[in-house]
Amino acid sequence: MRRALGFGLFVAVAVVTLAFLALPIVGIFAHTSPAKIIDQLSNPVVTDALVVTLKTSLIAQAAIILFGTPTAYLLATRRFPGHPLAVTLVELPLVLPPAVAGVGLLAALGRFGLLGSSLRAVGIELPFTQAAVTVAVAYVASPLYIRQAIAVFEATDPHLTAASRTLGAGPVRTFFRVVLPLARGGLVAGLALSFARGLGEFGATIMFAGSLAKVTQTLPLAIYQEFDVNFNVTLAMSAVLVLISVVLLLTLRIALSWRSSPSTRSPSLFGLSASS
Amino acid sequence: MAKLTLDQVAVPLRTFRLELSLEVGSTFALVGPSGAGKSTVLNAIAGLVKPAAGRISCNDEMWFDAERGVFEPPERRRVGLVFQDYALFPHLTVRKNIEYARRRPADEYLERFQIAHLKDALPGSLSGGERQRVALARALARDPEVLLLDEPLAALDTHTKIEVRLELQQLLAGLEIPTLLVTHDFEDAAALADQVGVIVEGRLRQTGTPADLVARPADPFVASFTGANLLHGERRVTGVGTAGIRLDDGTVVSTADDGEGALVLAVYPWDVTISTTRPGDSAMNVVAGAITAVTELGNRARVTIGPLTAEITVDSLHRLGLQTGQHAYASFKATGTRVVASRLPER
Repeated sequence: MRRALGFGLFVAVAVVTLAFLALPIVGIFAHTSPAKIIDQLSNPVVTDALVVTLKTSLIAQAAIILFGTPTAYLLATRRFPGHPLAVTLVELPLVLPPAVAGVGLLAALGRFGLLGSSLRAVGIELPFTQAAVTVAVAYVASPLYIRQAIAVFEATDPHLTAASRTLGAGPVRTFFRVVLPLARGGLVAGLALSFARGLGEFGATIMFAGSLAKVTQTLPLAIYQEFDVNFNVTLAMSAVLVLISVVLLLTLRIALSWRSSPSTRSPSLFGLSASS
Repeated sequence: MAKLTLDQVAVPLRTFRLELSLEVGSTFALVGPSGAGKSTVLNAIAGLVKPAAGRISCNDEMWFDAERGVFEPPERRRVGLVFQDYALFPHLTVRKNIEYARRRPADEYLERFQIAHLKDALPGSLSGGERQRVALARALARDPEVLLLDEPLAALDTHTKIEVRLELQQLLAGLEIPTLLVTHDFEDAAALADQVGVIVEGRLRQTGTPADLVARPADPFVASFTGANLLHGERRVTGVGTAGIRLDDGTVVSTADDGEGALVLAVYPWDVTISTTRPGDSAMNVVAGAITAVTELGNRARVTIGPLTAEITVDSLHRLGLQTGQHAYASFKATGTRVVASRLPER
């Protein structure tokens, strides 16, 4: 009887928690309808923001993959003096308040920043350009990909890389033929998280890139601007972001289940007697 | 035949320093307890571990020379290394695993190792024996100058093990390259290798043929570790509950174990009794002949008659007055034997 009561309490708490988490989503879709969303999709404020968001996000994610993957592999497979410091640097943007990240980017790359004059000398002016949005998104979202990549690379069976080397493949070929295919699922999962974080970027972007329509105004910035103007537009854009987030989360789930599917799991050593 | 040479190779390990000189011509087994540094030896030869000192060469190629700063990376060493867990690439089919080295078409190896029917399977779906065949095929498809086997039978259950050991024996007998295998099981070493070296805490204690080590162990550790006599023979007659095995020297012994055709029997030295007159007790197996070796180790002695080595106390040795050349009888019970492998007809 008391056990049943205890269990009932757990269920009740869980229901409250889930309801709390679902409420804002329900709220957004209760005030709008698919027809309204589609209608608002032709609103130039929404389309411009969507284009800016997707463009900057895609470029930022490409940069994260390109620079983050080799960095993660190095951090996962080599130990060197300063290794903990490097890992901390990778993780820092995760805990840094986004506004602080924006200030930091301004102080480093802004007109009067650390590298500002050198950048200007070669004709690059970052702040308040679309490139600045990309930089802000890359800075803030990168830890989600790189941390996951480090974890995946660390989990790679060292015997497999050793086997590849003894079979005549150098380190580079080993990376592309063995390490990367086995890490694929985990890397896609990391990318999905990083992408989702990048889409929602607000604080660093508004500090470093401002909120210029068609140039630096991403969906979250447009939502904030339209908030006082037209609540319906705000709701439509929010709904779009919710849908994208759900798709990304599903991608993440699928990617993670790839990783643990039997075809990519290392064979167990002791479960192999039965069939022979 | 080609030759693999390790010259004063030293690798510092956590609690001891591995120091080893070794020359591998045909098939050599390093035997020792786990943690003796056996796998490190293989990794050093393959280039996966960089020793602190010494030289490693294969035929005329210098793979490692600490003094001259030579260190060839693994991919340049032409080593066929079969890992204990086989390390098959889980995302590649059997065929792709074998073709990974890109030296020769896989078909030749698929046929030779009788795995053609598995060519499109992923390693995760294979049995232990099949995985080992794929791992061997993959290692040999690299066209190596030396074959290294890390605990080739440890991942298999007892039943599969005997079968796979026979396959391995056949394979190694037909190989033209030096083979170095490591195992913690003397029986496996004796069954697979011509020469056996016992390694403890990174040092070779003794090297010799399996029969040498059983007959004349250098120290008590080797004695306890090298356990069994291995008798080669053929199954001939069957009694009630026992089988008669005709040994190569003509003696017929009985075993309580099952087995077909050509067999290898294991008999532990402490299960063998020595007497100066023909025994009339329940022991079914008697080997008569001149004593060929007597080795004293502390309070124990090993006495060899024909293919059998017995371990008796030094007291018994003196009481019976046993000496080399003397005629005596070695006896053991049929229940004291174990069939450890079906053997090749000729080796």
